[in-house]
Amino acid sequence: MKLIKYTIPGVLFGVIMTKSEAVSWFRIQEMFRFESFHMYGIIGTAVIFGLMLTSMLKYKKVKNLEGNQIEFKPKNKSFARYLIGGTIFGLGWAMTGACPGPMFTLVGHGVWSILIVIFSAVVGTYIYGAIRDRLPH
Amino acid sequence: MIEFLSQPWHWSISGLGLVLVMYMLLKFGGNFGASSNLRTLCAIGGAGKKHGFFNFNWKDQAWNLVFILSAIIGGYIAVNYLPSSEPVQISSSTKLHLMSLGINSPSTIQEGFGYVPREIFCSENVFNPLNLTLLTFGGFMVGFGSRYAGGCTSGHAISGLSNFQIPSLIAVVGFFLGGLIMTWMILPRLLIYFSI
Repeated sequence: MKLIKYTIPGVLFGVIMTKSEAVSWFRIQEMFRFESFHMYGIIGTAVIFGLMLTSMLKYKKVKNLEGNQIEFKPKNKSFARYLIGGTIFGLGWAMTGACPGPMFTLVGHGVWSILIVIFSAVVGTYIYGAIRDRLPH
Repeated sequence: MIEFLSQPWHWSISGLGLVLVMYMLLKFGGNFGASSNLRTLCAIGGAGKKHGFFNFNWKDQAWNLVFILSAIIGGYIAVNYLPSSEPVQISSSTKLHLMSLGINSPSTIQEGFGYVPREIFCSENVFNPLNLTLLTFGGFMVGFGSRYAGGCTSGHAISGLSNFQIPSLIAVVGFFLGGLIMTWMILPRLLIYFSI
Protein backbone atom coordinates (compact mmCIF):
# COMPACT_ATOMS: atom_id res chain seq x y z
CA MET A 1 0.00 0.00 0.00
CA LYS A 2 2.99 2.28 0.56
CA LEU A 3 3.50 2.14 -3.17
CA ILE A 4 0.10 3.53 -4.15
CA LYS A 5 1.19 7.11 -3.56
CA TYR A 6 3.71 6.83 -6.38
CA THR A 7 0.82 6.74 -8.85
CA ILE A 8 0.30 10.47 -8.23
CA PRO A 9 3.67 11.71 -9.54
CA GLY A 10 3.53 8.94 -12.17
CA VAL A 11 0.20 10.00 -13.65
CA LEU A 12 1.22 13.65 -13.43
CA PHE A 13 4.47 12.84 -15.26
CA GLY A 14 2.60 11.09 -18.09
CA VAL A 15 0.20 14.01 -18.42
CA ILE A 16 3.04 16.57 -18.44
CA MET A 17 5.06 14.60 -21.00
CA THR A 18 2.00 14.54 -23.25
CA LYS A 19 0.68 18.07 -22.80
CA SER A 20 4.18 19.55 -23.12
CA GLU A 21 4.55 17.52 -26.34
CA ALA A 22 7.90 16.21 -25.04
CA VAL A 23 6.68 12.72 -26.03
CA SER A 24 6.74 13.78 -29.65
CA TRP A 25 9.34 12.42 -32.05
CA PHE A 26 8.93 15.72 -33.93
CA ARG A 27 9.83 17.83 -30.89
CA ILE A 28 13.07 15.88 -30.43
CA GLN A 29 14.01 16.41 -34.07
CA GLU A 30 13.18 20.11 -33.73
CA MET A 31 15.29 20.36 -30.58
CA PHE A 32 18.37 18.76 -32.13
CA ARG A 33 17.96 20.99 -35.19
CA PHE A 34 17.82 24.07 -32.92
CA GLU A 35 14.62 25.20 -34.61
CA SER A 36 12.59 25.92 -31.49
CA PHE A 37 13.16 26.94 -27.91
CA HIS A 38 10.36 24.68 -26.65
CA MET A 39 12.32 21.64 -25.39
CA TYR A 40 15.13 23.83 -24.04
CA GLY A 41 12.47 25.81 -22.22
CA ILE A 42 11.05 22.70 -20.56
CA ILE A 43 14.44 21.30 -19.51
CA GLY A 44 15.79 24.76 -18.62
CA THR A 45 12.82 25.65 -16.40
CA ALA A 46 13.04 22.24 -14.73
CA VAL A 47 16.75 22.69 -14.03
CA ILE A 48 16.39 26.25 -12.67
CA PHE A 49 13.52 25.37 -10.33
CA GLY A 50 15.19 22.03 -9.64
CA LEU A 51 18.33 23.85 -8.46
CA MET A 52 16.24 25.93 -6.06
CA LEU A 53 14.37 22.87 -4.81
CA THR A 54 17.52 20.80 -4.35
CA SER A 55 19.38 23.54 -2.46
CA MET A 56 16.34 24.19 -0.27
CA LEU A 57 15.94 20.49 0.58
CA LYS A 58 19.64 20.25 1.47
CA TYR A 59 19.80 23.53 3.40
CA LYS A 60 16.69 22.82 5.46
CA LYS A 61 17.64 19.15 5.82
CA VAL A 62 14.13 18.13 4.77
CA LYS A 63 13.06 14.60 5.69
CA ASN A 64 11.11 12.23 3.44
CA LEU A 65 7.90 10.54 4.57
CA GLU A 66 9.93 7.64 5.94
CA GLY A 67 11.62 10.03 8.36
CA ASN A 68 15.05 9.96 6.72
CA GLN A 69 16.80 13.05 5.51
CA ILE A 70 16.55 13.40 1.73
CA GLU A 71 19.95 12.52 0.30
CA PHE A 72 21.55 13.27 -3.01
CA LYS A 73 24.12 10.58 -3.63
CA PRO A 74 27.00 12.01 -5.67
CA LYS A 75 27.75 10.10 -8.87
CA ASN A 76 31.14 8.39 -9.15
CA LYS A 77 33.83 10.67 -10.50
CA SER A 78 34.66 9.57 -13.98
CA PHE A 79 34.70 10.92 -17.49
CA ALA A 80 34.62 8.09 -20.02
CA ARG A 81 31.42 6.41 -18.93
CA TYR A 82 29.40 9.61 -18.91
CA LEU A 83 30.64 10.84 -22.25
CA ILE A 84 30.56 7.50 -24.11
CA GLY A 85 27.38 6.25 -22.45
CA GLY A 86 25.75 9.65 -22.89
CA THR A 87 26.65 9.76 -26.58
CA ILE A 88 25.22 6.29 -27.20
CA PHE A 89 22.07 7.35 -25.36
CA GLY A 90 21.82 10.52 -27.48
CA LEU A 91 22.11 8.50 -30.70
CA GLY A 92 19.20 6.35 -29.57
CA TRP A 93 17.20 9.31 -28.31
CA ALA A 94 17.31 11.06 -31.69
CA MET A 95 16.74 7.78 -33.56
CA THR A 96 13.54 6.86 -31.72
CA GLY A 97 12.47 10.33 -30.59
CA ALA A 98 11.90 8.90 -27.13
CA CYS A 99 13.84 8.71 -23.89
CA PRO A 100 12.72 6.22 -21.22
CA GLY A 101 9.94 8.33 -19.63
CA PRO A 102 8.16 9.24 -22.89
CA MET A 103 8.52 5.63 -24.10
CA PHE A 104 6.18 4.45 -21.37
CA THR A 105 3.89 7.45 -21.77
CA LEU A 106 3.42 6.62 -25.46
CA VAL A 107 2.11 3.16 -24.53
CA GLY A 108 -0.80 5.03 -22.91
CA HIS A 109 -1.39 6.81 -26.21
CA GLY A 110 -1.87 3.46 -27.90
CA VAL A 111 1.34 3.72 -29.96
CA TRP A 112 1.95 -0.03 -29.78
CA SER A 113 5.10 0.05 -31.89
CA ILE A 114 6.82 1.80 -28.98
CA LEU A 115 6.75 -1.59 -27.22
CA ILE A 116 9.46 -2.67 -29.69
CA VAL A 117 11.54 0.29 -28.47
CA ILE A 118 10.94 -0.55 -24.80
CA PHE A 119 11.81 -4.22 -25.37
CA SER A 120 15.00 -3.22 -27.23
CA ALA A 121 15.90 -0.81 -24.43
CA VAL A 122 15.57 -3.62 -21.88
CA VAL A 123 17.81 -5.79 -24.10
CA GLY A 124 20.31 -2.92 -24.35
CA THR A 125 20.35 -2.56 -20.58
CA TYR A 126 20.86 -6.31 -20.23
CA ILE A 127 23.78 -6.35 -22.66
CA TYR A 128 25.36 -3.44 -20.78
CA GLY A 129 25.06 -5.40 -17.53
CA ALA A 130 26.58 -8.44 -19.18
CA ILE A 131 29.66 -6.71 -20.64
CA ARG A 132 30.16 -3.78 -18.29
CA ASP A 133 33.37 -5.20 -16.78
CA ARG A 134 34.99 -4.99 -20.19
CA LEU A 135 33.96 -1.37 -20.85
CA PRO A 136 35.94 1.75 -19.87
CA HIS A 137 34.24 3.48 -16.95
CA MET B 1 -11.13 24.09 -16.64
CA ILE B 2 -10.88 20.90 -18.75
CA GLU B 3 -10.80 23.06 -21.85
CA PHE B 4 -8.00 25.14 -20.36
CA LEU B 5 -5.95 22.06 -19.43
CA SER B 6 -6.55 20.50 -22.83
CA GLN B 7 -4.51 23.09 -24.73
CA PRO B 8 -0.84 22.25 -25.22
CA TRP B 9 1.01 23.38 -22.10
CA HIS B 10 3.54 26.18 -22.13
CA TRP B 11 7.12 25.00 -21.64
CA SER B 12 7.48 26.89 -18.36
CA ILE B 13 4.42 25.19 -16.84
CA SER B 14 5.71 21.83 -18.04
CA GLY B 15 9.18 22.43 -16.58
CA LEU B 16 7.71 23.54 -13.28
CA GLY B 17 5.46 20.46 -13.27
CA LEU B 18 8.49 18.21 -13.68
CA VAL B 19 10.03 19.78 -10.57
CA LEU B 20 6.80 19.04 -8.69
CA VAL B 21 7.08 15.41 -9.84
CA MET B 22 10.70 15.34 -8.65
CA TYR B 23 9.73 16.85 -5.30
CA MET B 24 6.99 14.26 -4.72
CA LEU B 25 9.34 11.40 -5.58
CA LEU B 26 12.02 12.69 -3.19
CA LYS B 27 9.48 13.36 -0.46
CA PHE B 28 8.07 9.85 -0.80
CA GLY B 29 11.55 8.36 -0.40
CA GLY B 30 12.43 7.78 -4.04
CA ASN B 31 14.20 9.84 -6.68
CA PHE B 32 13.55 11.02 -10.24
CA GLY B 33 15.12 8.66 -12.78
CA ALA B 34 13.13 6.74 -15.38
CA SER B 35 15.83 4.55 -16.93
CA SER B 36 16.57 2.60 -13.71
CA ASN B 37 13.31 0.79 -14.40
CA LEU B 38 14.89 -0.91 -17.40
CA ARG B 39 17.48 -2.44 -15.07
CA THR B 40 14.74 -3.48 -12.66
CA LEU B 41 12.86 -5.20 -15.50
CA CYS B 42 16.03 -7.20 -16.26
CA ALA B 43 16.30 -8.17 -12.58
CA ILE B 44 12.65 -9.29 -12.51
CA GLY B 45 13.33 -11.40 -15.60
CA GLY B 46 16.02 -13.30 -13.66
CA ALA B 47 19.12 -11.59 -15.10
CA GLY B 48 20.64 -11.48 -11.60
CA LYS B 49 21.42 -15.19 -11.77
CA LYS B 50 23.83 -14.63 -14.63
CA HIS B 51 25.15 -11.12 -14.09
CA GLY B 52 25.92 -9.46 -10.78
CA PHE B 53 24.80 -6.07 -12.10
CA PHE B 54 21.21 -7.30 -11.90
CA ASN B 55 21.61 -9.19 -8.65
CA PHE B 56 19.67 -6.91 -6.30
CA ASN B 57 16.31 -7.09 -4.61
CA TRP B 58 14.08 -5.59 -7.27
CA LYS B 59 11.30 -5.10 -4.72
CA ASP B 60 13.30 -2.15 -3.36
CA GLN B 61 12.75 -0.52 -6.75
CA ALA B 62 9.05 -1.40 -7.00
CA TRP B 63 8.11 2.22 -6.22
CA ASN B 64 9.86 3.33 -9.41
CA LEU B 65 7.97 0.73 -11.46
CA VAL B 66 4.71 1.98 -9.97
CA PHE B 67 5.80 5.48 -10.99
CA ILE B 68 6.65 4.62 -14.59
CA LEU B 69 3.62 2.35 -15.10
CA SER B 70 1.45 5.20 -13.83
CA ALA B 71 3.00 7.38 -16.54
CA ILE B 72 1.25 5.04 -19.01
CA ILE B 73 -2.04 5.88 -17.30
CA GLY B 74 -1.08 9.56 -17.38
CA GLY B 75 -0.50 9.33 -21.12
CA TYR B 76 -3.86 7.61 -21.52
CA ILE B 77 -5.67 10.25 -19.48
CA ALA B 78 -3.97 13.10 -21.32
CA VAL B 79 -4.96 11.90 -24.80
CA ASN B 80 -8.46 10.72 -23.88
CA TYR B 81 -9.66 13.24 -21.32
CA LEU B 82 -7.48 16.28 -22.01
CA PRO B 83 -7.06 15.95 -25.78
CA SER B 84 -5.46 18.79 -27.73
CA SER B 85 -7.54 19.86 -30.70
CA GLU B 86 -4.41 20.08 -32.82
CA PRO B 87 -1.43 17.77 -33.40
CA VAL B 88 2.11 18.64 -32.26
CA GLN B 89 3.00 22.19 -33.28
CA ILE B 90 6.55 22.17 -34.54
CA SER B 91 8.32 24.95 -36.38
CA SER B 92 7.75 25.19 -40.11
CA SER B 93 11.47 24.81 -40.84
CA THR B 94 11.53 21.42 -39.08
CA LYS B 95 8.33 20.45 -40.94
CA LEU B 96 9.84 21.31 -44.31
CA HIS B 97 13.10 19.55 -43.55
CA LEU B 98 11.32 16.36 -42.49
CA MET B 99 9.05 16.51 -45.53
CA SER B 100 12.15 16.49 -47.74
CA LEU B 101 13.08 13.22 -46.03
CA GLY B 102 9.64 11.71 -46.59
CA ILE B 103 8.27 12.31 -43.09
CA ASN B 104 5.04 14.30 -42.95
CA SER B 105 3.97 16.15 -39.85
CA PRO B 106 0.49 15.15 -38.71
CA SER B 107 -2.19 17.55 -39.86
CA THR B 108 -4.86 16.19 -37.49
CA ILE B 109 -4.67 14.87 -33.94
CA GLN B 110 -5.68 11.39 -35.18
CA GLU B 111 -2.85 11.15 -37.68
CA GLY B 112 0.13 9.35 -36.11
CA PHE B 113 -1.64 9.82 -32.78
CA GLY B 114 -0.86 13.51 -33.20
CA TYR B 115 2.69 13.16 -31.86
CA VAL B 116 4.65 10.58 -33.84
CA PRO B 117 5.31 10.16 -37.58
CA ARG B 118 2.90 7.60 -39.01
CA GLU B 119 5.55 6.69 -41.61
CA ILE B 120 7.59 5.15 -38.79
CA PHE B 121 5.28 4.22 -35.93
CA CYS B 122 1.93 3.21 -37.41
CA SER B 123 1.33 -0.51 -37.41
CA GLU B 124 1.05 -0.89 -41.18
CA ASN B 125 4.54 0.64 -41.62
CA VAL B 126 6.34 -0.62 -38.57
CA PHE B 127 7.65 -3.87 -40.03
CA ASN B 128 9.52 -2.41 -42.97
CA PRO B 129 13.31 -2.82 -42.63
CA LEU B 130 14.10 0.84 -41.97
CA ASN B 131 11.51 1.29 -39.25
CA LEU B 132 12.43 -1.93 -37.50
CA THR B 133 16.06 -0.80 -37.60
CA LEU B 134 15.22 2.60 -36.14
CA LEU B 135 13.07 1.19 -33.35
CA THR B 136 15.26 -1.76 -32.34
CA PHE B 137 18.70 -0.12 -32.70
CA GLY B 138 17.43 3.14 -31.27
CA GLY B 139 15.81 1.45 -28.31
CA PHE B 140 18.91 -0.66 -27.77
CA MET B 141 21.13 2.42 -27.66
CA VAL B 142 18.78 4.21 -25.26
CA GLY B 143 18.88 1.23 -22.88
CA PHE B 144 22.60 0.52 -23.23
CA GLY B 145 23.64 4.17 -23.16
CA SER B 146 21.49 5.24 -20.24
CA ARG B 147 22.83 2.47 -18.02
CA TYR B 148 26.41 3.03 -19.19
CA ALA B 149 26.04 6.74 -18.39
CA GLY B 150 24.14 5.94 -15.18
CA GLY B 151 20.99 7.85 -16.06
CA CYS B 152 18.84 9.41 -18.76
CA THR B 153 17.17 12.77 -19.30
CA SER B 154 15.35 12.68 -15.96
CA GLY B 155 18.24 11.34 -13.87
CA HIS B 156 21.08 13.36 -15.40
CA ALA B 157 19.65 16.36 -17.25
CA ILE B 158 17.08 17.26 -14.58
CA SER B 159 17.97 15.61 -11.24
CA GLY B 160 21.73 15.68 -11.81
CA LEU B 161 22.09 19.22 -13.15
CA SER B 162 19.77 20.42 -10.35
CA ASN B 163 22.37 19.09 -7.94
CA PHE B 164 25.39 20.70 -9.73
CA GLN B 165 26.78 17.26 -10.56
CA ILE B 166 29.71 17.43 -12.97
CA PRO B 167 29.18 13.80 -14.12
CA SER B 168 25.64 14.72 -15.16
CA LEU B 169 26.91 17.69 -17.12
CA ILE B 170 29.33 15.40 -19.00
CA ALA B 171 26.48 12.96 -19.64
CA VAL B 172 24.23 15.74 -20.98
CA VAL B 173 27.04 16.88 -23.30
CA GLY B 174 27.13 13.26 -24.50
CA PHE B 175 23.34 13.19 -24.97
CA PHE B 176 23.62 16.19 -27.28
CA LEU B 177 26.70 14.95 -29.07
CA GLY B 178 24.91 11.69 -29.91
CA GLY B 179 21.63 13.43 -30.70
CA LEU B 180 23.30 15.90 -33.07
CA ILE B 181 25.27 13.19 -34.88
CA MET B 182 22.07 11.17 -35.36
CA THR B 183 19.87 14.11 -36.37
CA TRP B 184 22.29 15.81 -38.74
CA MET B 185 24.40 12.99 -40.13
CA ILE B 186 22.85 9.55 -39.76
CA LEU B 187 19.05 9.80 -39.74
CA PRO B 188 18.69 11.89 -42.95
CA ARG B 189 20.93 9.47 -44.84
CA LEU B 190 19.01 6.45 -43.54
CA LEU B 191 15.64 7.96 -44.44
CA ILE B 192 16.76 8.92 -47.94
CA TYR B 193 18.66 5.69 -48.64
CA PHE B 194 15.75 3.46 -47.62
CA SER B 195 13.11 5.52 -49.39
CA ILE B 196 14.58 4.74 -52.82
